[in-house]
Amino acid sequence: MSETGDLLHVVTNDNIPAGRKAFGRALIWGSAALLLLTALMQTLDRTGVVSIGFANWRPTLYAYVFWAVCLCWAQVLIRGEQGKRVLFVLPAVLFVISLVVIPLVFGLGIAFSDWNLASQGGRKFNGLDNVRQMWADPFYWNAMRNMVWYLLAILVEYAIAFGLALLLNAQIVARKFFRVAFLMPLMLSPVAVSWMIGKSMLEPRFGPLARLARLLGWENPSFFESPVMARLTIMVMDAWTFIPFMMIMILAGLQAIPKEVQEAAKVDGANGWKGFWEVTFPLMLPVSITAILIRIIFKLKLADIIINVTSGGPGGATDSVTSFIYREYRDRSNVGYGTLLAMVYLVIIIVFMTILMKVADRWMRPKY
Amino acid sequence: MTTQIFHDAPEDRAPRLGWYASRLAIYGMLIFWTVICLFPIYWTITTSFKMAPDVMKGNMLPWVDYTPKWLGWKSLGLSPDTIGAESTVRDEFLQRFMNSAVISLTSSGLAVILGSLAAYGLSRFSYKFGYMRNPDISFFFLSQLILPPVVLALPFLVLYKELALLDTRVGLILLYTLTVLPIVIWIMRDQFAGIPTELEEAALVDGLSIWGAFATIVLPIALPGMVAAFILSLVLTWNEYFFAALLTSTYANTLPVMVASQTGSQGISWWSMAALSFAAILPLVVIGIVLERYIIKGMAAGAVK
Repeated sequence: MSETGDLLHVVTNDNIPAGRKAFGRALIWGSAALLLLTALMQTLDRTGVVSIGFANWRPTLYAYVFWAVCLCWAQVLIRGEQGKRVLFVLPAVLFVISLVVIPLVFGLGIAFSDWNLASQGGRKFNGLDNVRQMWADPFYWNAMRNMVWYLLAILVEYAIAFGLALLLNAQIVARKFFRVAFLMPLMLSPVAVSWMIGKSMLEPRFGPLARLARLLGWENPSFFESPVMARLTIMVMDAWTFIPFMMIMILAGLQAIPKEVQEAAKVDGANGWKGFWEVTFPLMLPVSITAILIRIIFKLKLADIIINVTSGGPGGATDSVTSFIYREYRDRSNVGYGTLLAMVYLVIIIVFMTILMKVADRWMRPKY
Repeated sequence: MTTQIFHDAPEDRAPRLGWYASRLAIYGMLIFWTVICLFPIYWTITTSFKMAPDVMKGNMLPWVDYTPKWLGWKSLGLSPDTIGAESTVRDEFLQRFMNSAVISLTSSGLAVILGSLAAYGLSRFSYKFGYMRNPDISFFFLSQLILPPVVLALPFLVLYKELALLDTRVGLILLYTLTVLPIVIWIMRDQFAGIPTELEEAALVDGLSIWGAFATIVLPIALPGMVAAFILSLVLTWNEYFFAALLTSTYANTLPVMVASQTGSQGISWWSMAALSFAAILPLVVIGIVLERYIIKGMAAGAVK
């Protein structure tokens, strides 16, 4: 399917009267002027030039929404049939732009300032101070290192998910029951999971998992005391919730492979092991890469479990970048520094994901 | 009596020990993983009916190890003998529950509407916004998936404070819609690409407008996909914690925030936490069991091209 060129050709006679076009243009510019006027008034009010007494920036928000609605409506007025098509995409585009691009630009401004929300001082531009502070912040880079460990854990998750998908794809009875059961962890909120597993089942004195560990010969099971163990426990809990996600994607891929392929391999003398490595696995490569990429994206947002179970401890051994910034804000309510850390994280993610997608793309392309 | 000419090879007729062994291994692993997946849920349910000594002793089986008591549910005000009485905890719980329900349902609905329209437009027409063409617009939407919430969190905190949207449902709804929108667009693009354009062409020839054709012809066909996208969004928004923890304080708290805030305070009373956790996950457990088909459909979209 080509992604350019109309797939649906509509031939209409768009005889739009000049008056209607003019009205549409007037609508756009009029509402834009209203928006600018409101914003200007509010700015003046805020800086104390005139005093109107706005409590907050809501009026500007309403003016902005009004402008957005007018912009959509005017598309139909001015461009007729073509405008109706634009109307499919325009609301979503406007929505994303106003909720992502504007805050991001705004965030760039915050990132280079010292802004403590708790104090009355307000925002102070401090140039590159935040960057210098970040450069010297061992905990931030420690959190980055932890993210690498967390990302590496995806490989293990992937292997388990693949195994489970193979199990579900085998000839079994009660497939639906097992599928629902395997899917269940994904339904649970990470916060509930961190209580159910992290706080309750891993409780060192009487949690069932601690009991099991003692039964297996571990004298004093403690899951969150040594850094390595704590990190592993977080990894396991995160894996527990997200393995079903990869499993479902891989299962869908497995079911899309025609049975004949396996049969042909069998006729050619491949046993189960060889049939898997030389037929199924290569065929599953594209699906696997998609699943892993999406999983990486989700993993980069990992925070809820860490915030609720260890809050980064012991000594920052379990911190992810997100949970670190969260605590940084909670403890010192310094918006400026936190935003800068987040922005740097975003840049690193974008570079990393771009490289990864390029590599994956090259890898997935058929070699012969 | 004629002798049978065609018969199985001797090795196929022999008692197939290997086959039984592999069956045993497969079911063994299946059951093992089922236990891993379901035990925490079982543990939470049973703990909510335990007394303190039962928790300490680690009793597992109700009626065998211990007698179930309504202790946990009583503290939430949801046990049979307290359900009629006044209960501040229950009021709080119900308020949080309503917040979660309203916010997740509205934002999922909004995301499905916006996302479906955009995905339909992108799958049928070619656009040109400035230098951006269809693939660029698609990428623009999908790339939002990479954006970690933490990047938006602090700017939003400041913006919402100025806009008086902090601690309101509307504020969370807007953000949640944004976070699930790329997923909806991804699923729906797949759906619409699978619907032949001839259907709409016929409708257009019969005199429907393009929006009429979309609403009456395409929408009913794409409905299962929309349900899948909606359910998946619902799961993600119901469970969302990070934004809710940062942007709400007293009024618009969602259920995960309530669960999280209980864990720290005044030592943990296991039974009431278990009851609370279970009440928080119950809606999604039910959805998972009843609508499993749609969830799988939603997640499988895009995996297989």
